[in-house]
Amino acid sequence: MINKYGQRSIINITDLSVEEIDHLIEVADDIVANPTEYQDICAHKKLATLFFEPSTRTRLSFTSAMMELGGNVLGFDDAGSSSATKGESVADTTIMVGCYADIIAMRHPKEGAPLVAAQKTRVPIINAGDGGHFHPTQTLTDLLTIHRKKGEFGNFTIGFCGDLKFGRTVHSLITALLRYDNIKFVLISPPELKLPDYMKEIMREQGVGFEEYERLEDAMPSLDILYMTRVQKERFFNEEDYIRLRDSYILTLDKLKPAKEDMIIMHPLPRVNEIAIEVDDDPRACYFFQALCGKHIRMALILYLLGLK
Amino acid sequence: MDISGVNTGIVLDHIQPGKSLKIYELLHLDKVDCTVAVIQNASSTKYGAKDIIKIDGKIDLNFDVLGYIDPNITVNIVEDGKLVKKVHMSVPETLTNVLTCKNPRCITSCEQGIDQIFHLVDPEKKVYRCAYCDAEYKRED
Repeated sequence: MINKYGQRSIINITDLSVEEIDHLIEVADDIVANPTEYQDICAHKKLATLFFEPSTRTRLSFTSAMMELGGNVLGFDDAGSSSATKGESVADTTIMVGCYADIIAMRHPKEGAPLVAAQKTRVPIINAGDGGHFHPTQTLTDLLTIHRKKGEFGNFTIGFCGDLKFGRTVHSLITALLRYDNIKFVLISPPELKLPDYMKEIMREQGVGFEEYERLEDAMPSLDILYMTRVQKERFFNEEDYIRLRDSYILTLDKLKPAKEDMIIMHPLPRVNEIAIEVDDDPRACYFFQALCGKHIRMALILYLLGLK
Repeated sequence: MDISGVNTGIVLDHIQPGKSLKIYELLHLDKVDCTVAVIQNASSTKYGAKDIIKIDGKIDLNFDVLGYIDPNITVNIVEDGKLVKKVHMSVPETLTNVLTCKNPRCITSCEQGIDQIFHLVDPEKKVYRCAYCDAEYKRED
């Protein structure tokens, strides 16, 4: 998204072309290969992390990313400690912060808040999650993880398991992967948490094959990637529905028995109980590796939006 | 087209019967300082029945509102008692401040001073999507 000042921001994963994603992956890999080249590249630059709702992983990942680039970080991690409590608008807060920082990472419970911010400021905005809507840096994280583990985007079957209805990471990753060829999708969820029809319609329109299962065990043997998700309490208006569905799928070593040896298990984290702790030591588990990838790809994105790489 | 009663102004013709009051409201015609006549259920050779709105004065029309409510509306521009121009509507690509997003999680539900923007995603079914939260709205017939 480019605003009236000509400023580029990333609100949705589709704001980045396939070529740009390839570039970010290259930079992320180069950061690992040549860390000293990057350690001071953002010296005297400031990242503002505006987190209007709590986050551990994403905020710390952005903070760590900017620190590793030699830059500084300012911001808040709770709307209660910001002027939002005084009734200040998202637009005003962002314009003001744009006077203090070179780039902004924003998380907000309201869908579209980062877009409002991006329309108003003279610095790049990175959407760090807007409600159940978009979370593009999580998708970039997932793409980097898949690329590092599988070597390419294509010729694999990926299974999404759990909350496919409200899971923004699932929608976003499917959207991103639909731009590549030879990927088969497997959707595993209870009937109440199935992938929305409009997403399936997009897949059908693009001639992309997908299968739906209710039992994880039935889908397991065909998978090259298993993407687990958490049933998120904050996405439900009705507590009864949440309690009924939260334990729908729990991945255990026993359920992994029919899985391929080189399958990878991904999860955007935090997990609650959907992956048993015993799975952590299985070589196929790569959700903590995924968190590391998140830092590298955010470093690459910061550099790209600041015009430094 | 009967433009009687309008010297210099606009006649909105071929409005689907029953929709003239909605258009009156969305165009804020209660706030214009000229004569406005709403004719309901007039006979139409083309459609059987129609509503008509006559505005005896020059005002800026929001064509998006007209195209969204009823793309079959004809806008007749009248000057010095003569019909000088006919404009046919189409389903608009973007609606600004015509619809209000009903998604309680959308930023438009609390942020002051931003436009309510919707983009057309399915012209056939007339489905619009909120520019901020992507909530979908289908035009009611």
